Amino acid sequence: MKNIWQIAKKEIKTYFSSPIAYAVIAVFLLLVGFFFYSALWWFNSQSIQAAQNPYYMQQMNINQMVYAPLFHNMNIILLLVLPLLTMRLFSEEKRTGTDELLFTSPIGVVQIVLGKYLAALIVLAAMLGLTGLLSIFSFAYGNPEISQILNGYLGLFLLGAAFIAVGVFFSSLTENQIVSAILTFGALLLFYVLGWASYSAPGIWKDVLNYVSIFQHFDDMTKGILDTKDLVYYLSFAFFGLFLTHSVIQSRRWR
Amino acid sequence: MIEVENLTKKYGELVAVRDLSFRVEKGKIWGLLGPNAAGKTTTMRILTGYLPATEGKATVGGYDVFEQPNEVKRIIGYLPEVVPLYPEMTVSDYLNFVAAIKQVPAAKRKSALDRAIAISGLEKVRRRLVKNISRGFKQRVGIAQAMIHDPQVLVLDEPTIGLDPAQIVEIRQLIKSLRDEHTIILSTHILAEVTQTCDGVVIINEGRLMASGSLQELTASFREKEGLVLRLRQKHEEAVAELGKIRGVAKISRQNGEISIEWGRGNDLHETVARMAVEKGWGLLEMKSLAMDIEALYLRIVSGGEGQ
Repeated sequence: MKNIWQIAKKEIKTYFSSPIAYAVIAVFLLLVGFFFYSALWWFNSQSIQAAQNPYYMQQMNINQMVYAPLFHNMNIILLLVLPLLTMRLFSEEKRTGTDELLFTSPIGVVQIVLGKYLAALIVLAAMLGLTGLLSIFSFAYGNPEISQILNGYLGLFLLGAAFIAVGVFFSSLTENQIVSAILTFGALLLFYVLGWASYSAPGIWKDVLNYVSIFQHFDDMTKGILDTKDLVYYLSFAFFGLFLTHSVIQSRRWR
Repeated sequence: MIEVENLTKKYGELVAVRDLSFRVEKGKIWGLLGPNAAGKTTTMRILTGYLPATEGKATVGGYDVFEQPNEVKRIIGYLPEVVPLYPEMTVSDYLNFVAAIKQVPAAKRKSALDRAIAISGLEKVRRRLVKNISRGFKQRVGIAQAMIHDPQVLVLDEPTIGLDPAQIVEIRQLIKSLRDEHTIILSTHILAEVTQTCDGVVIINEGRLMASGSLQELTASFREKEGLVLRLRQKHEEAVAELGKIRGVAKISRQNGEISIEWGRGNDLHETVARMAVEKGWGLLEMKSLAMDIEALYLRIVSGGEGQ
């Protein structure tokens, strides 16, 4: 555990001593801020109109009309920016030869993989945490359901954790950061469009594709539903990604 | 301290190390000498547990490298050929991180850091970013990271490569000063490095062992053969007889028109023999030194000949 934390600490330091983490976080916050602003602005104008009619007023729901679309937008932005966060994790070590230091130290490959994963998770948590500041406005001027918001954030975190595991895996495959980012992005996009394919798929394939699609599971969570099926999906996704990473590193040394 | 038995490493079809055996005693500096691509780095990577061997056995400090990798990694400090540095860290942050992953307990990390910095002469740069320090200092940081956990064994892969002559001397002195507390194995393709810093040498070429032993042993075995070989056009019998009369000649023999003369160590007869050959009109065609030293052996190995 101590070793995992040492690796994670080093990775976090590296993130914040280079411009990558700042750029990723800044772009993420800027885009999320924009989407939040426009969703809130639209909600506002709708509310003013609905104020004429008590029936419409009942239909106005800040969780459904602001947060649900916001969470969907955030998961697309995560798909775009998280590969940039994970691309260097193993590629850079391999390229600069520092992997020789790590793998000749008395720590296990599992601990190294988990340490790097943990570091990326912490940056992800910080990114999501900072967007929480936006909610100050919605709580100050409205009364959204907090449990639904937290559930949405949990969903985003799990989704991000799965993305990062994919990114870590591709980073272990190549010495080139750009290639690592592109492969990660491609793989995530593929999991995204698998969900679309399920609409036209026949029979059992519909269910299979639906289950495999990474975003189908996210949908429920934005609606405030916390299903163990979704939890299991994300956790096994992350586990599988890290397991493959471990195998790649081990097999490369044995080749 | 280090024992290697019948070590073989294949990368697919390519055999990098072939049936290599040698041993290094405690408290000695041993050189792993060979031309580029001889298998030096591969051997070191196997010893440090970075790569597994295809066949054979290696033990460090009594621990088997393959069976007990973590025990071995604890007692080995390793400087790879490319110094594993994180350019965005300061020197002391970097060394602190290495100390942590080398399992130096948190309470002792500060003193380990100070010790490594003092020994490798890094006081001036300890707060600088690694990317901003000179090549010589980077190499020193590399050595400092290798010894931060006070390992019994130091494995240094080409520790002086790419340095200027003054820095090379400094690094060699630093390595020599570590001899008392550590067993050191260093690789190099420069013979002078071995003769100036090492107690013994393992010479390898194309993954094969060519010669190994302490420098004294090797030098002694070569020095016994001090002498020269003559090739003459005529009067071979006379030459053998006359040369045999020279004082100090220990042995004289004739083979296929070549006459070889040997004498006791330090009693150089090159000039005497040459003068005699000219004066007596034997038709001196060629005269070459029989003296073999490590350099001659190494050159022969490097140029593709056989070893001992």
